[in-house]
Amino acid sequence: MSEDHFQGYKGPALAALKKFNVRVWGQAKIETNRGNFVGTILPRSENDDDTHIVLKIPTGYNVGIDVRTLLSMEETGYKKANYKIPEQEFPYTQGKPNVKLIGTGGTIASRLDYRTGAVIPAFSPGELYGAVPELADICNLTTEKVFAVFSENMGPAQYKQLAVAIGKEIESGIDGIVIGHGTDTLHHTAAALTYMVQNPPVPIVLVGSQRSSDRPSSDAALNLMHACYAAGHGDIAEVMVCMFGPTSDEYGLLHRGTRVRKMHSSYRSTFRTLGDMPLGKVTTSAVTPIKQNFRPRRKDKKVTIKPYFEEKVAILYYYPNMHPDMVDSLVDNGYKGIVIAGTGLGHVNKPLYPALDRASKKGVAVYMTVQTLWGYVQMFVYETGREMMALGVVPAENMLPEVAWVKLGWALGQTSNLDEVKELMLTPMYDDITPREPYNGYLVYQGGVPEVEAFIRSFRK
Amino acid sequence: MTQKPSPARNYQQTMQAIGYVPRKEASQADYDRIGFMSGLEVHQQLKTDEKLFCRCPAGIYQGDDAYDAEVIRHMRPTLSELGEYDGTALMEFKTRKNIVYRIKNETTCTYEVDDTPPFPINRKAVDIAIEISLLKKLNIVGEIHITRKQYLDGSIPTGFQRTAIIGVEGAIALKNKTVRLIQLSLEEDSCREISDVGHWRTYKTDRLGMPLIETVTYPDMVNPDEVAEACQVIRFLNRSTDKVRVGIGSARQDVNVSCRGGTRVEIKGVSHIKWIPELTHNEAFRQWALLHIREILNQRIDPGKWQMHARELDPGDFPFRSQVLQQIAAQEMKLYGVRLPHFDGLLSHFTQPAQVFADEISDRLKVVACIEKPNMDAEDSLWRLETSAAYNRLREVLDARSEDAVLFFWGPEDDIATALETIEERCRMAFDGVPNETRKSFPDGTTMFERVLPGADRMYPDTDSPPIPLLDEDIERLGKDLPTLHNQAWQTMSNWGVPEDTYTYIFRNNLFPLIQQMVEEDGEDPVFAATLFGHRLKFVEGQYDQAPGFHYGMVAHMLRALREKGIPGEVMYSALPALWQYAEEDPAAVLDQIGYSPLEKTEVLAVLPELRKTFARIRLNGSGAAEADWLMGKLRPRALGNIPLNELKREIDARLGKEVRSKK
Repeated sequence: MSEDHFQGYKGPALAALKKFNVRVWGQAKIETNRGNFVGTILPRSENDDDTHIVLKIPTGYNVGIDVRTLLSMEETGYKKANYKIPEQEFPYTQGKPNVKLIGTGGTIASRLDYRTGAVIPAFSPGELYGAVPELADICNLTTEKVFAVFSENMGPAQYKQLAVAIGKEIESGIDGIVIGHGTDTLHHTAAALTYMVQNPPVPIVLVGSQRSSDRPSSDAALNLMHACYAAGHGDIAEVMVCMFGPTSDEYGLLHRGTRVRKMHSSYRSTFRTLGDMPLGKVTTSAVTPIKQNFRPRRKDKKVTIKPYFEEKVAILYYYPNMHPDMVDSLVDNGYKGIVIAGTGLGHVNKPLYPALDRASKKGVAVYMTVQTLWGYVQMFVYETGREMMALGVVPAENMLPEVAWVKLGWALGQTSNLDEVKELMLTPMYDDITPREPYNGYLVYQGGVPEVEAFIRSFRK
Repeated sequence: MTQKPSPARNYQQTMQAIGYVPRKEASQADYDRIGFMSGLEVHQQLKTDEKLFCRCPAGIYQGDDAYDAEVIRHMRPTLSELGEYDGTALMEFKTRKNIVYRIKNETTCTYEVDDTPPFPINRKAVDIAIEISLLKKLNIVGEIHITRKQYLDGSIPTGFQRTAIIGVEGAIALKNKTVRLIQLSLEEDSCREISDVGHWRTYKTDRLGMPLIETVTYPDMVNPDEVAEACQVIRFLNRSTDKVRVGIGSARQDVNVSCRGGTRVEIKGVSHIKWIPELTHNEAFRQWALLHIREILNQRIDPGKWQMHARELDPGDFPFRSQVLQQIAAQEMKLYGVRLPHFDGLLSHFTQPAQVFADEISDRLKVVACIEKPNMDAEDSLWRLETSAAYNRLREVLDARSEDAVLFFWGPEDDIATALETIEERCRMAFDGVPNETRKSFPDGTTMFERVLPGADRMYPDTDSPPIPLLDEDIERLGKDLPTLHNQAWQTMSNWGVPEDTYTYIFRNNLFPLIQQMVEEDGEDPVFAATLFGHRLKFVEGQYDQAPGFHYGMVAHMLRALREKGIPGEVMYSALPALWQYAEEDPAAVLDQIGYSPLEKTEVLAVLPELRKTFARIRLNGSGAAEADWLMGKLRPRALGNIPLNELKREIDARLGKEVRSKK
């Protein structure tokens, strides 16, 4: 228990605290050869160095004291911080849709511990009501934490667990489902759930936030409101990602799980539909479809859950002069599927061919996608493409590389018959492959061009 | 029933009742009587090429309409600032502001609009902040921790300011006392506001993110002039490093004021030191007036039993005479009547010059409920819009008794609920005295409510930035070449016999090091050198526009060149306007510009007889003094640099002397 008194401290800093008998949360008077300091000793982050003590001074700021300058230290009081989120019962309103929020570990809403800076996640309906009271105007909300992992640690096991949980909710008659998720791999999960939850009768909306909810300008609350609205009131009964449309607080976009991708490391409007248009636009009071071929909400409780996934599937991001051992090592390590993100129309260099031939002969399913992200794989244009197809590499049309990876894992999870896999892979589902690309499916405007600048100026980005 | 005094008369009477005196007549005894107390938070931009947490250029400004894009955001109160949410908080959130940021690519990147995490802190800014901290005798911290300080007004798109303490517990020397410093922090500057109307507030982001230091004093100042003096000294110290920005907006201060029994109120963004005395004086007396109101109210009624009454009114029911109230229905505004029990005479109670308690309510209606002014009219308003007829009817409708105050207010339907809460809240606060708030300042020395003063609770660590250790060797290196302390420089100039009225100009422009160099290296007379700047150049600065290339070193350079040629230093008086306006580096060219030509004394005086003939033709009377002045003026350009002016004066007087005497 004594360790608790020195949270995060080690080495000389820990020794100094012990020597002068001062604890974390102790109020201290400190003498150093740079002058005197007073304040409350705070825990230290594990990853910071071991020569400083963190002090919260009376004006609320934190400073570090170098223990090498320390002359004396005295504990004059002790007050441990104990933060709790106030809970208020989430009001039930007759006539409002019932929405289930499924938690995966991402922080949807949170309260900040101002003394440590730690973020305490708000998750129960009561806590969420405390953080985002407007939710009560939108729906009747219940929550369930299925597991708690960081976005980057999400994987096939979690996809399956989520799919099963969604199936149960649908069978029990929920009006819509919202899944809170970290944003890094949100689009992978969205693709996985699209394949695993077939033909749902209600909206399934994945949502996250690009700015943590502890800051006043966070996108978390608005994203959550948008998601709850789309889930409870929207007519689009598909798996979708709901995130900011522009970086401004204006509206959200609903993206199909099979065509969405995170395109910026930090922007709020990071999620984009690639090679197509988003499903729709959402505000806190309306869902406006953009695409017309969506699957509408149904009254039944029927859904097919296919929670399958073969984990031995990899994405190979091709680069010039890639050596064949990159392919060989995957095959030798027992991989059953490889999705290549090739250059241009879907190419790799010639020295890789023997390795691809070997993979194919060993029964590994190899699919080609494009690292340009936009556009189709076209392997007939050049001789080399045709040669590769002869080696068993299957062009995956305009499927996004990550989506192809998810679909291949899902297909191989159901069958090891490569013809059946190919049948699954190349049969379009929820526009993972589209028969045509609309002219506005590719829009990356170039800044600096006068007409683009004029447009940007007139439009809240 | 006795006749009620008019609002204007009541304003006068209450002003007297609290013992208000205008600042010009106030003595220390007056300030001691009301327990005047004040402290400062002085902001100073640092001179760096780039901003504090990104690589955008610092110090480039844009016009209000010069933007490439707009971004819109809303600031959401985080839980711990408001505590538990309830219906009120929800409603407050619904009437919130839309914040629009106008972005220019040249000055703003994705960091400022909070779409990219911070880059490593600008080390040059850290070094300057340490140097200034050492000057102010602050204890330098062992490690800098970047902290987030929440702001919900939208002035920073993240909703918080990144800020860090560099030193704590220092001191500065005023002429007659020492003022203690609480701390010095390094922080990013905020946006500049373009407009704030109704529910829309617009900012530009050019200044956002520029490095800034904030020096915070203890509330050691006991009268308004002392506050201004402390502010000057802090500014001098900052400028003495030559590593801070100067010019409009580069230095601003928040002034904390309270009176005995009052509350710390922060007057934000005072951009001129000369405004400080009037502002602090008025704020201390405003608090004194609010305490008087509290006393009256608590005598009249138990606060627990006090209840405000309000109801919606039909504008057609009232014989309105003012345009504002006649147009309410046409503008689709809702009209409300409010009865404030036991508030009779208090709405016209003095608070500030030309302001009464009713203004405190109206200010909050504007800020909290976002209803533009005029937003209310009270029977007791100092400048009432409506006539007694309308108020008699209002009293009837509201069933008001003589001890009650009544008022009309109006606004868009969506804002009414917030408005009602706001009025009631402000009135309830009157029972407690002085609300905790930050106030906006006006050049006339008055202030208006800006927002509720946030507590120390709004600080939390910036999880995007690691702590930065400050090593002993860094501090030693930065402490090596510190400029002369302001109070030591003061002492030196005083010993030299330099007149005190030059000090402000000299310190403000950090000229002491230059003057010291002119005295010590060039052998200039200290009084001549100091007054050349503090009197003559100060005058020139007020008269002419400064050339972009001008720097003070040019003055010393020019003077040195004159001395080398044996030309008297007085030529500088003519040369200064030329230097200032054209920034000519070559002394010979400057001399040419001002028409200087080397002449013997006899050559200068040779034209005297001819000039006297001319004067004889144009003279209006027989005054010898007038002739002497006229001749001085005519001969001055020829004499400059050839004979000292006092010698010329003697020569002229000598020639006129005979005649002046003979005419008597």
